[in-house]
Amino acid sequence: MGTDVFLIGGSAGSILILLQILPHLDKDLPFPIVIILHRKSFPQSSLHILLETSAALSVLEAEDKTELENGKCYLAPANYHLLFETKRLLALDASEKVNFSRPSIDVTFESAARIFKNNVGALLLSGGNQDGVEGLLHILQNKGVVAIQDPATAEVSYMPQQALQAIPDIKLLQPDEMATFINKLKYNT
Amino acid sequence: MELDIIKDEEIELLLEDVSALYGYDFSQYSRASLKRRLNRICVVDKFASFAELRYRVINDSSYLQRFVEEITVNVTEMFRDPNFYKKLRTDILPLLGTYPFIRIWVAGCSTGEEAYSIAILLQEVNLAHKALIYATDINPSVIEKASKGIFPLRTMKLYSENYINSGGVKDFSSYYTAMYDVVKFQSGLSDRILFSTHNLVSDSSFNEFQLILCRNVLIYFDKDLQNKVFSLFDGSLQKLGYLALGDKETLRFSSLQDRYKQIQKHKIWQKSN
Repeated sequence: MGTDVFLIGGSAGSILILLQILPHLDKDLPFPIVIILHRKSFPQSSLHILLETSAALSVLEAEDKTELENGKCYLAPANYHLLFETKRLLALDASEKVNFSRPSIDVTFESAARIFKNNVGALLLSGGNQDGVEGLLHILQNKGVVAIQDPATAEVSYMPQQALQAIPDIKLLQPDEMATFINKLKYNT
Repeated sequence: MELDIIKDEEIELLLEDVSALYGYDFSQYSRASLKRRLNRICVVDKFASFAELRYRVINDSSYLQRFVEEITVNVTEMFRDPNFYKKLRTDILPLLGTYPFIRIWVAGCSTGEEAYSIAILLQEVNLAHKALIYATDINPSVIEKASKGIFPLRTMKLYSENYINSGGVKDFSSYYTAMYDVVKFQSGLSDRILFSTHNLVSDSSFNEFQLILCRNVLIYFDKDLQNKVFSLFDGSLQKLGYLALGDKETLRFSSLQDRYKQIQKHKIWQKSN
């Protein structure tokens, strides 16, 4: 069971964790990373630039029909849901908020489960909302790999806590274990 | 917990039915969004299976309008992306003011929020008297809503913030009258707007414009259909006219990119002479 895409979802308290993960990711990861963060919608959003300064690999903000490349990070733009049109093509969707959020983590996780089946890895970080839990369940149902930030280490523990409640045996990661966890997925075949 | 009520091959079957029976061709719509919408309509309208939905669509022509409204996305805002409207206000509209008459097309206008935003801008730059906005959508029911100019009161806080961020200096509430939980926009605004149905997939050009806005519509189309629609816009734009797209949409990689110049980093492209 290989990994064709890795998803990271986060809300309040997750940017600092991302800034810890991104510098330690392998540049030659054989899959793309897709990040869905809840954030206020800035008119000229610069979050991907902030993330990229600390990252070992390039961080791009996804646009309409962006083609995915391995070893690159893609950030969902503010105010759009991010979907997978195919394994190689992203699509955006400006429809209703889900869990009071757009982008919604559930929406992207579910879309990935649909397109990639069991070849998805996903990690849910700190947050104060229950977005992402349903998405993790879908990925798990399709036999993908799922993990969450250990709620004990999360600035806002509600989101990973909800995931832990729904999936009691889910893998818990400390912030300093996350990059290694992702890097090792390339050996999963 | 079922991810998909409708399977991929069933979607194609349904789209063929809708095209053959009613002439709406959704075959080049982006599958990722379409699948979500179809699953959503099954949940909202309580269809337990694909067969039930298909039966209803085939046998109840009065259901079609709702079907089209539900599988297309009708989420919109007034003055969405305020910086875009600021650019229109300060640069683009004053340039268009040099023409004797200004025609603007809002393609895929949904419930009309964008068309009313443009009507407000035109009034504020003193061009409303010689401008006409053509606002079109595939969907007859949203066009009917749009033409009434009635919107929920609860959305006004956001719209008013957007308006101010776009450079508006008036009291936004001076543009509408509140009645219970809705507001009605001044008829002076809707007088400058012509609402009509138009299907970007199958209908042709119907006029020549100096500005076409089509924002957050093309994200739902595949690349071939996007190029087809770009040609339609190209054929409907005067030389030196402007085409405005959504915040994450682009003319790059399209068949038009060589003949259009992007205005700085804005999602506005000018047709060359």
